[in-house]
Amino acid sequence: MTAVSQQASGALARPSAARVTARKKWSLRAPLLPALIFMVVMTQLPFVATLVISTLSWNSLQPGTREFVFLENYKTMFTDSALREALFNTMIFTAAVVLISVFLGLIIALLLDRKFLGRGLVRTMMIAPFLVVPIAAALVWKHALLNPGYGLLNGVLTWIGKLFGDSTPIQPDWISEMPKVAVIASLVWQWTPFMMLILLAGLQSQPSEPLEAAKVDGASDWQSFRYVTLPHMRTYIELAILLGSIYIVQNFDAVFTLTSGGLGTANLPYAVYNTFFAGHEYGQASAAGVLVVIGSIVIGTFALRVVSTLLREETR
Amino acid sequence: MRRTWIWGVAAWAIGLLFVAPVLWMVLTSLHSESDAATNPPSVGAELTMAGYREFFDSNPWPALINSATAALVSTLLVLALATPAAYALSIRPVEKWTDVMFFFLSTKFLPAVAALLPVYLIAKNLQLLDNVMALVLIYAAMNLPIAVWMMRSFLVELPREMLEAAELDGARLFTLMRRIILPLTAPGLAATALICFIFSWNELMFARVLTSTVAGTSPVFLTGFITSEGLFLAKLCAAAMVVSLPVLIAGFAAQDKLVQGLSLGAVK
Repeated sequence: MTAVSQQASGALARPSAARVTARKKWSLRAPLLPALIFMVVMTQLPFVATLVISTLSWNSLQPGTREFVFLENYKTMFTDSALREALFNTMIFTAAVVLISVFLGLIIALLLDRKFLGRGLVRTMMIAPFLVVPIAAALVWKHALLNPGYGLLNGVLTWIGKLFGDSTPIQPDWISEMPKVAVIASLVWQWTPFMMLILLAGLQSQPSEPLEAAKVDGASDWQSFRYVTLPHMRTYIELAILLGSIYIVQNFDAVFTLTSGGLGTANLPYAVYNTFFAGHEYGQASAAGVLVVIGSIVIGTFALRVVSTLLREETR
Repeated sequence: MRRTWIWGVAAWAIGLLFVAPVLWMVLTSLHSESDAATNPPSVGAELTMAGYREFFDSNPWPALINSATAALVSTLLVLALATPAAYALSIRPVEKWTDVMFFFLSTKFLPAVAALLPVYLIAKNLQLLDNVMALVLIYAAMNLPIAVWMMRSFLVELPREMLEAAELDGARLFTLMRRIILPLTAPGLAATALICFIFSWNELMFARVLTSTVAGTSPVFLTGFITSEGLFLAKLCAAAMVVSLPVLIAGFAAQDKLVQGLSLGAVK
């Protein structure tokens, strides 16, 4: 991404032969510059600062100990099992939440693409989880749904138990028994509506002729879904996966609230936050930050390739 | 198509399952604390506003106002920066405009947490700690790439002939913006504003690190809301409800804009 920015600024700086065209070029660039400069200052400069701090041994609670240690922090980070676990958790959370919510979102979008009584109302109900503020949603999940004593989930288990004459129904302590599942479930609940909205828009943009032609040719419902609808939906599924990953990989609120990063659920955002906020290890937190950025660049380059096909289709 | 009703029933069942936690939050917020914390749940218990009263007694107004300020001002800043930028990337594109588009998007792949420490140190040195303006700048940076992508997708759809006619009449960029571009892209601007507002209103991590007593936003207020003493479920749900209400209202009112915005304008 820094490569892209250099390329862009290189293009801006290139001297032009004719004065008039140069002025014309600058008048074209002028509306872009405020936004571009703002973004460079706000995103690239902090990163340079992170890079510099990551080579220092700097604990904010011990003043006067700031010294240059070059790659020492990175060595610590690579051998730190907590960071490796955070990396692993980030991948698990992102992959699980994105894949499950895309799958559920596709099924629900297919259901909502049919006509039935109260379709608008069901669509509105489906969107609701996405519109609850994430930290509020996480708090409600932790205390009102998953609490072992009086959460709704165990309350429902009690009801079901009573229905079958069971006076001692199972009452799991969801968060401490299955912390990762709890985090994933709450995130899937919040992000399925997002996926569903994008995929539903994709289904509704599908031209009806190919489907009718398939029906005339005697294709079954499954066949016309597999060979007509699914290829059309590919772009939308990729878009949903890409955008979902951008947001979910950075998730902080759910881990912060449900488990406070404990029980082996700390992801990278939480681990970096904690090294800095609770541990006061500025140098190590920065090194972790740099590693996170490098990882993101690798994933991002791949993801950007997906988006570039979108732009290419547009200019064609 | 004899069995279509089955699919309708399935859609209803899944819809109810997804909305259930929200409904439960609303119901619990209207119960007394002792009715809220029972097993099995007391669905039919008497309704009361006690939870809301307790929430508003705990002085949430500064936090709500801070959130509104940070979200609204950063959204205005984003629109002011993104609209001309989108113009320079679509109607009169600069050379290498795709590179610029990818630069903007690539900043969204930068994990925000990597900037947390330097942003904190810079804010500290500029005396901007515990100041809403620091959040305004950060939220603007977080949402600007989304806004540029969205606004560009709306601007490329403007009829070229109209813009060219206006230019032949000698309209300058500013006039062009005000007279033609802004009125025609008003729905797009609204969608962009909605998304920027929601993301700013929801943000927790930077707000938590950069603010304390004065500039704390509603999400920060929520994290400190639960005291370990006594029952708190009803007032917690009331608080979650109040803080989510602006987003719920805006999102329900503009469902289609939500889709456009979330897909960076790729889905219309």
